Amino acid sequence: RKIIFEKQWFYLDNAIGHIYGTTFEVTSGGNLQPKQEVEETTTETKEAGTDNRNIVDDGKSQKLTHDDIKALKDKGIKGQEIVQQLIENSTTFRDKTEFAQDKYIKKKKKKYEAVITIVKPSTRILSTMYYAREPGKINHLRYDTLAQMLTLGNVHAGNKMIVMETCAGLVLGAVMERMGGYGSIIQMYPGGGPVRAATSCFGFPKLFFDNLHEFPLSKVDSLLSGTFSTETLPSEPEDNAVVEEESNGLTGKKQASLQETEEDSTTETAMEINETEEQETMDINAEDVEFKKNKEKENKENVREKKQWERRKKLIEAAALLREKNADGLIVASKFHPTPLLLTLLEFVAPSRPFVVYCLYKEPLLECYTKLRERGGVINLKLSETWLRNYQVLPDRSHPKLTMSGGGGYLLSGITVVLDKGKSDASNLEELKMEEPSSKRSKVQDLHC
Amino acid sequence: MSFVEYGDTIKDGDTAIVFLGHESMFPVKVQHGTVTQTKYGVIRHSTDLIGKKYGSKVTCSKGGWVFILHPTPELWTMNLPHRTQILYSTDISIITMMLELKPGSIVCESGTGSGSLSHALIRTVAPTGHLYTVEFHQQRAEKAREEFREHGVEHLVTVTNQDVCKNGFGVSNIADAVFLDIPSPWEAIGHAKSALKAEGGRICSFSPCIEQVQRTCLAMEEYGFTEINTLEILLRVYNVRTISLQIPDLGKAAEDNSSIGFDSSNPSNQGSSCSNLQQGTVQFKSGVPLREMVGHTGYLTFATKS
Repeated sequence: RKIIFEKQWFYLDNAIGHIYGTTFEVTSGGNLQPKQEVEETTTETKEAGTDNRNIVDDGKSQKLTHDDIKALKDKGIKGQEIVQQLIENSTTFRDKTEFAQDKYIKKKKKKYEAVITIVKPSTRILSTMYYAREPGKINHLRYDTLAQMLTLGNVHAGNKMIVMETCAGLVLGAVMERMGGYGSIIQMYPGGGPVRAATSCFGFPKLFFDNLHEFPLSKVDSLLSGTFSTETLPSEPEDNAVVEEESNGLTGKKQASLQETEEDSTTETAMEINETEEQETMDINAEDVEFKKNKEKENKENVREKKQWERRKKLIEAAALLREKNADGLIVASKFHPTPLLLTLLEFVAPSRPFVVYCLYKEPLLECYTKLRERGGVINLKLSETWLRNYQVLPDRSHPKLTMSGGGGYLLSGITVVLDKGKSDASNLEELKMEEPSSKRSKVQDLHC
Repeated sequence: MSFVEYGDTIKDGDTAIVFLGHESMFPVKVQHGTVTQTKYGVIRHSTDLIGKKYGSKVTCSKGGWVFILHPTPELWTMNLPHRTQILYSTDISIITMMLELKPGSIVCESGTGSGSLSHALIRTVAPTGHLYTVEFHQQRAEKAREEFREHGVEHLVTVTNQDVCKNGFGVSNIADAVFLDIPSPWEAIGHAKSALKAEGGRICSFSPCIEQVQRTCLAMEEYGFTEINTLEILLRVYNVRTISLQIPDLGKAAEDNSSIGFDSSNPSNQGSSCSNLQQGTVQFKSGVPLREMVGHTGYLTFATKS
């Protein structure tokens, strides 16, 4: 199948059989595999200027014209050679400082030497990719914030986690990766069904999905009040359509963004993999639909009934898991207001377990903080944000690259405790908080540890 | 209890976290017949702790009470006895994700130090992964071994007492990831490479100084590591407060003032000292940054072997 990526198109057939991390060069239509490390011959010219006092920007330093370059490209000359030509025909190149020469070559290489690395999907790759490409789809959840969530939530094998997300399934995938198929996850979903477009990009084995449950958010209240019944399922054909539409839109958008952007890095490569997988699932979906259409009416009914029955069975299982009210953690990252979600879903979490809520904005979390305090049953509440700074590290040229702040979102985290009945506790807790324990604490430690 | 598995009730021999109040907690080793002193009085382990649920409120002898929490690597990080400078959860979380750690991963770490990162790594790679940690300080290595045993994770970790720069990690071609927190990481890059699996893996080096980072990056490049990337992560914590700001008196008439006094939901407690004028205040919730925050822990350099 033909795939478009960074203004290039190619077939993936040749990439099969190579290990992850292999770099490919794109030729006209197919993939060819160049060597891992092209020996970086920084050209024979070790001539370089010391400063730019004599370099004049007259627009005439490059002796090759636009048409010349196009001709070179049309001839199918290797990108490396084009770059070499550009250097040789640049009158100012020799006068540039060594560092500037380096920069010049790098820039040209990026443009003319199209290389693509195929890497294995992981939370690292997918979360950086989504943040760069589709931040709106994941509520601008930056990857370092996601990393904090996984740690603060003590996500690990064997847990029974509750996840409520509207991040295309990225958070779910991250939790699944950390749990490695051990334990269980209950995904709470709004609307007709959970969105798992990003989850499918991870390429998890089927086993991982055995203990993945889902439960509609709209049934939570009835579950808590004990009036829950499985008779009234959200109507099925409808939600099928919803899910499909979602993934459809996603793919379409992605393709558009693929063609737009120019950068070339590994994260984008991962995108490719998604693309493939997503299209695959889509194909299956489409086939499924057609398959169904062609069936006789009663057969159709049969299939539908069976599907409905299966869904109901899964729903009952999920409900039973929730009813035990002993989940090992709660992760919330959605477009909804976090307060009602948290106040309700915390009911399902066992005491002494962590919970983490993500929100793009600080204010809803302030309210959530206050409401949780009033409710009680939680301690160690913390509202936080992380800043991430990337660095360029090169000999004599090290400095911060870009500051990322704001956009990464905020986290509210805490630990559940046994909730006692009676109001006095809340005031007690406040009292406890008011005291200044730091000095005393050290004394305590001296005494006892 | 174990650091890698939740338990419901407190048992003899468990490590539990006593939570006293805001940011004030300490670990205890639960033992029959032992007592722990807190500022709220005595906790008797046999009656007050053993058999109780994690997360319960325990009343101490003076009538005060505390919460007993299940240990997690994050709580441990906040409470462990320091033998060295340690890594905190903010750095740990990005390290864990960027090294692509998950159940089953094999990780090499040096130095072990106080075991703050070690516990988090073990938690993540359990139950099928393994941590090989190297500490050249003999006493620290032994102390770490003891802690791992107490915390029920000794089957997931091997502590080796040797110099990683000279002798490496003691394993080769088995690791999915390597983490270095040593003064001269560039001297260990070669060993790190040979510890990583033949098909590749990830590496991370933590250094406080940019000069260390520079040398490390050069060494990584020399050994053929790719995707070299240096970053820094900072945590900002906010205090949630209700703030009230007084409305200035601009000499407007009293009637006007009262109609403006829209948000003065709680006017009694704010210094409305003026006799006649109903002084208005506006209240709002704010996330106030702490007066001081950690400005720098270290640079994290990541790279891939492929």
